[in-house]
Amino acid sequence: MYSKTLIDHFRNPRNMGRMENPDAVGKGGNPVCGDVMYIYLKIKDNRIEDIKFETFGCAAAIGTTSMITEMAKGKTLEEAMKITKKDVENAVGGLPPIKRHCSNLSADVLRKAIEKYLAEQKAKSGKKKGK
Amino acid sequence: MKVYMDHAATTPVDSRVVEAMEPYFSDKYGNPSSLYTAGLEAREAVEDARGRVARLLNGAPEGIIFTSGGTESNNLALKGVAFANRKKGRHIITTKIEHHAVLEPCEWLAKQGFEITYLPVDEHGLVKPESLEEALRDDTILVSIMHANNEIGTIEPIEELAGIVKDHGAYFHTDAVQTYGKIPVDVQKMNVDLLSLSSHKIYGPKGVGALYVRRGVRMDPLLHGGGHEFRKRSGTENVPGIVGLGKAAEIAEKEMDRDAKKLTRLRDRLIKGALAIENSRLNGHPEKRLPNNANFVFLFVEGESLILELDFYGIAANTGSACSSKTLEPSHVLSAIGLKPEETHGSLRLTLGRQNTKEEVDYVLEVLPKVVGRLRQISPFKTDFVMEE
Ligand SMILES: Cc1ncc(COP(=O)(O)O)c(C=O)c1O
Repeated sequence: MYSKTLIDHFRNPRNMGRMENPDAVGKGGNPVCGDVMYIYLKIKDNRIEDIKFETFGCAAAIGTTSMITEMAKGKTLEEAMKITKKDVENAVGGLPPIKRHCSNLSADVLRKAIEKYLAEQKAKSGKKKGK
Repeated sequence: MKVYMDHAATTPVDSRVVEAMEPYFSDKYGNPSSLYTAGLEAREAVEDARGRVARLLNGAPEGIIFTSGGTESNNLALKGVAFANRKKGRHIITTKIEHHAVLEPCEWLAKQGFEITYLPVDEHGLVKPESLEEALRDDTILVSIMHANNEIGTIEPIEELAGIVKDHGAYFHTDAVQTYGKIPVDVQKMNVDLLSLSSHKIYGPKGVGALYVRRGVRMDPLLHGGGHEFRKRSGTENVPGIVGLGKAAEIAEKEMDRDAKKLTRLRDRLIKGALAIENSRLNGHPEKRLPNNANFVFLFVEGESLILELDFYGIAANTGSACSSKTLEPSHVLSAIGLKPEETHGSLRLTLGRQNTKEEVDYVLEVLPKVVGRLRQISPFKTDFVMEE
């Protein structure tokens, strides 16, 4: 049902755990549906310096979130924003059709985190200029 | 270590059952309807099995109709009784916690113009006799309530429930797939008119089962043809399968009490040990439950992950989590006993069998905290399901 790559990420998740003082956090999913992902970012010079995740959900949910942390680490924010669900799905070696919608939310969550960060930065610099 | 703890899903075929079936493939392959020796030999084997299956439920052998399993038995009972009695009435009562092999035929019957009432259950999964009394109507023709639930193991008070229906005149059917051969099943004492059972849950082969039908019950067949099984189920008999079911029933009759005692001890050890894990709960009734069933919720983890993790340790188990089902719907049984959707995701069912040992239970109890702990480490939820932004 699951690819070797996905099972590997499920069994040995990369960048797993909570981050102290992150620059941005993205949260997605819903405990009622059974899939929730948190992605934490440390950002320096417009680049993802460090990334961590926490996931409640099935192996597909855990495996895809682990995978996107590897894909995004070291990328610029613009590059990271371009990662799609399909990219993640391909990177884990495919997903069972029924899992594609509910469990593969990590690209949305990552984008949400970055957008929030950029909005905050803009607000801050706006204030500075205003002074 | 390899540990199989999903006996509610299916059981290994007992070697004594395999041995009994063996001659009926290539040696004694006659058609039971044939009049020559080979046919008579097969007929004798089928009737012998019928007698054994009947004895284990204290019913007449003529009441046993062999089918392809629990699903067909339930379909035959529900649709067969509904259509044969539709002039009398079109109302059927069942419960919210039935197996899909009862719920789906009911949904289909609803489309054919029958009206279905689904009785609720309490937090332990028990049907309240008062709710059945209230639901009964003049046009109720059939009540179908399972003997024990396949997910949470709760045993329903069938004797009392069927007693209520008896005075009313509707037929009473029970799905005894999870109890027949495991705990005493007596159609006279329980007062039931129809009862479904399945072979592969009691160490017999898959694809064979039976429906017990009390004499005088009006029921149409699903399969029309050569008039086999008292004109209730046409088709040349599955002789090796029926022989296997007969042997499984014979073994169960002898060993059931001993097995049940042993399984209850193992089950209670398992429940006690698993509930030592933080944020865990037992689903189902604390006492009125199948000797081999344990069903838990471990909050903040998801069941499919749990099953895959346990599989890495060689443990075969089951969950009612939506993420593991084909429809992505959470278990209707866990919902009916009042679990919130986020809680149903963390359910784990362990069902014991004849071959399980104390050592295996202890191995599961050693692995389980590790597995739950690891998944909780990954989970963003540690003490509640709140997602603060
Ligand atoms: C309560 C109950 N009813 C019916 C069935 C269906 O039986 P079978 O697999 O023999 O069709 C099962 C088995 O899954 C069951 O547990």
